[in-house]
Amino acid sequence: MYRRTLLAAAGPFAATLGIMGRIGPASAQAPGVTSTEIKIGQTQAYSGPASAYGAIGRGLVAYFKRVNDQGGIAGRKINFISVDDGYLPPKTVEQTRRLVEQEGVSFMLNGLGTPPNSAVQRYLNQKKVPQLFVSSGAEKWANPKEFPWTIGFQPSYRTEAQIYAKYILQNKPDGKLAVLYQNDDFGKDYVAGLRDVLGDKYERMAVKVISYEVTDPTIDSQAVTMQGSGADILVTAATPKFAAQVIRKIYDLNWKPLHFVTNVSASVGAVITPAGPERAVGLITAAYVKEVSDPDWKNDPGMNEWRAFMQEYMPDSDVTDVNYPFSYAIGGTAMQMLKQCDGDFSRENILKQATNLHDLQLPTLLPGIIVNTSPTNYHPIRQLQLSRWSGTRWERFGSVIEGAGA
Amino acid sequence: MDEFLHQVLSGIASGGIYASVALALVMIFQATHHVNFAQGEMAMFSTYIALALIQAGVPYWGAFAITVTASMVIGAVIQRVLLTPMAGSPVLASVGVFIGLLLIFNSVAGWLFGYTLKQFPSPFEGPPVLGGFVTRHDLGSTAVTLVVLAGVYVFFRFTNLGLAMRAAAYNPVSSRLMGIRVGFMLSLGWGLAAGIGAVAGMMIAPVVFLDPNMMSGVLLYAFAGALLGGIANPLGAVFGGFAIGIIENLAGAYIVGSELKLTLALVIIVVVLTVRPAGLFGRVVVSRV
Amino acid sequence: MRILLPLASVLLVIAAAALAFVASDYRLFQLTMVVVYAVAILGLALVTGFNGQISLGHGAFYAVGAYVTAILMSLYDVPYWATLPVSAVVCAVIGFLIGLPALRLGGLYLALTTFALAVATPQLLKYKLFEGWTGGVQGLTLDKPDPPFGLQINADQWLYLFTLGVGVVLFILAGNLVRGRIGLAMRAIRDHPLAAEATGIDVALFKTRTFAVSAMFTGIAGSLGAIAVGFVAPDSFTVLLSITLFVGLVVGGVASIAGPVFGGVFIAFLPNVAEEISKAAPGAVYGVVLIAFMYLLPSGVAGGLGRLLRRAA
Repeated sequence: MYRRTLLAAAGPFAATLGIMGRIGPASAQAPGVTSTEIKIGQTQAYSGPASAYGAIGRGLVAYFKRVNDQGGIAGRKINFISVDDGYLPPKTVEQTRRLVEQEGVSFMLNGLGTPPNSAVQRYLNQKKVPQLFVSSGAEKWANPKEFPWTIGFQPSYRTEAQIYAKYILQNKPDGKLAVLYQNDDFGKDYVAGLRDVLGDKYERMAVKVISYEVTDPTIDSQAVTMQGSGADILVTAATPKFAAQVIRKIYDLNWKPLHFVTNVSASVGAVITPAGPERAVGLITAAYVKEVSDPDWKNDPGMNEWRAFMQEYMPDSDVTDVNYPFSYAIGGTAMQMLKQCDGDFSRENILKQATNLHDLQLPTLLPGIIVNTSPTNYHPIRQLQLSRWSGTRWERFGSVIEGAGA
Repeated sequence: MDEFLHQVLSGIASGGIYASVALALVMIFQATHHVNFAQGEMAMFSTYIALALIQAGVPYWGAFAITVTASMVIGAVIQRVLLTPMAGSPVLASVGVFIGLLLIFNSVAGWLFGYTLKQFPSPFEGPPVLGGFVTRHDLGSTAVTLVVLAGVYVFFRFTNLGLAMRAAAYNPVSSRLMGIRVGFMLSLGWGLAAGIGAVAGMMIAPVVFLDPNMMSGVLLYAFAGALLGGIANPLGAVFGGFAIGIIENLAGAYIVGSELKLTLALVIIVVVLTVRPAGLFGRVVVSRV
Repeated sequence: MRILLPLASVLLVIAAAALAFVASDYRLFQLTMVVVYAVAILGLALVTGFNGQISLGHGAFYAVGAYVTAILMSLYDVPYWATLPVSAVVCAVIGFLIGLPALRLGGLYLALTTFALAVATPQLLKYKLFEGWTGGVQGLTLDKPDPPFGLQINADQWLYLFTLGVGVVLFILAGNLVRGRIGLAMRAIRDHPLAAEATGIDVALFKTRTFAVSAMFTGIAGSLGAIAVGFVAPDSFTVLLSITLFVGLVVGGVASIAGPVFGGVFIAFLPNVAEEISKAAPGAVYGVVLIAFMYLLPSGVAGGLGRLLRRAA
């Protein structure tokens, strides 16, 4: 019986596949580039558990639309193909191969997440396809010796944690530290960064280091445990939902540690407002993107430029979402790189320019945060500035701090 | 000792969340003998409706009432439109429809309302009580869960409608012969479950914050609670929900650490079910051939 | 007719193999994944379709298979083909052990318990005690195997042919299994457990064994998938995977050997189609298509086609 069904299916199935043919990738001198367009690929989580970050992809699509409306680059339009991988590594592999082999993109830009990008890192490096400005703060994207074709963008999570640790050593050297981290690469990098700086003191200071899973409905139990440990410093390496829960829960518990929260979860719109601005007073983070709601940027030329862009190209979007200024910075970096290419869009030259960015300032990044890369420096952004929540806004304090970073 | 007590109380608070969703699962199971995997996502969607109403200026309890009513209508309509035609199909096909619904509600919520975390107001505002151990919302929402439980219990136990609904799910053919409108009963069951889900969603959202994936974690624990107590028994399911909340907290804090607390909860369920296959409060139904 | 059908299957397999020489490397990768998913769903079909035990946690076995292969390949330099038998044994044993208590539970309880297993899988994979093997949250990266015997084909072509070959063998095995006395007993347990018990079938043991065999099939699929994707990490094996496999099963047709092939095609290609239709809400498109399938073909593609052919004959 099953053979009959198979037979029936065979006809159309084979026909569909037949026409696919063995089409090789674009065979021109510069893959993905013609006299009229440059093809760029991206994998993004438009569905699945990380779909909140889909905004980055949508922001970039709009960004390149504006680039094209303004005439493109070197006489060419940008064809930005952003596809959904659902934050699933096997799907990322499939979609990346589609973009590289079928669509023949010139390079991959700003793919989302550590696991998805890890899944294609070796493939892209073997194929010598640039994997540029990866959307993840893992340390592993800065490994030019082994993976020269991969480069990150934002300050690494580890660098950020090092900055917190330094602040702790300066201001509360005898404190007792509790750490709440998401049980994945993101959370564990913060623990590693704290260890880097605290060294021998880590074992003595860290009285409670505890994790949560993304599938946990609440972190209440963890908060109670940490309070019970007697800690007076708390580092929360959590995604927005859980960070907001922590801020509210420790307020309800009447526990007032010196509280650090990762810049992933420092958004006023997505974390502070839901948690309650009055409950977050004294919270510290380290920022590199301009906070949308900050009155300091009310008449800031950079943010005005961004706001004009949002109004024209994404009028229905939530402007409090920090992903949009972030993606605007990615777009700006990519355009600078393409300008530097000076018409030679070979993959070699694209990589060369991506690793030769000098003192690039971007409209949506804080003053003093500058993008710098070199063939040995694969950390485009290495600086952060500490900020403290006053109850109504993030107040930046101290100077822009350069992370240790390799 | 303080901390231990605290973990227990915090477990009861989380358990109340699981119990409220477990009640919706019991409701639909009693009415249709199905487990609706989309129950959590429907509750999440209802909560967005409530938030939209509140933001439009409707007072909390008004928005509450409208949302529950609207959710019941939506639930009944889904049953009528999508599941009535599936009546003669294999059970697995219905599960396929539930998974489809889950994906649709999740995706449409993100599309309409965005993925950014939203705060949802609680009707039980005020400073924490019992020395900061319990928030007013914890107390209030637990009370709401218990009220809903009492309602469901009375409904199934003491009303003719509840009896008819159970009969319709248990044996549709005989029920029809007895003059019970089986189709109506199924729609009503879906409607009531969706309404209970909406209440659960509005009680949960102030705690976990509202986003399209709000219920993904909660639903599993609700399932676990319903299983532990017995999915055919509202009282059992609520007990199971609270038990899971407490077990999970204590196991995470004192036994296996937070990485394996879900696994431990799972093991406990399996052990309990091996000893009492219909759950702690369930009765084993002996089927005759 | 009786001779024509086997002949047709052979021709179909030859046609599938011939694709290795016409389709592009990227399409071959997709087709490889279709075969992988088909085998995984086949495992699920054995236990859910033929034996009536609903499992919503088969992604766990897929994950175990994938990790066995990945660990052996990356840490112990075992050749990829040699990892398959190991993975089969490991998954069968784990399936048996999990099946022992789980199968005492009736339908719904089993479904939800296996669902919980699927949710717990990523946590177990990154648990610190196993981190030395599993690579923890970072996962493991694998090299793509080269074609053997100096064959003049590229790695993608070889991988597809290899996967297809293993898949065909597994489908033939499963076909023989369900057509034979064991299959009869499996279906008897599904349809009339009491009657089955009365005829002397040890229902509990049989269910547990079926679960083990089913876990073995899905585990081998996991191994093949790991080799094809070249990467394993806990995030690849979330509860979504189990649900996806289940979707493939009900779309393809639950109690059919051909069904998993359609299921594999469905779950491999539908996400791409959904994304083409709507980037704003791909999940909604997926859900609508799924419901439409359930509505139009409640017994799956295989069931629907079977009915159609019977009517035509």
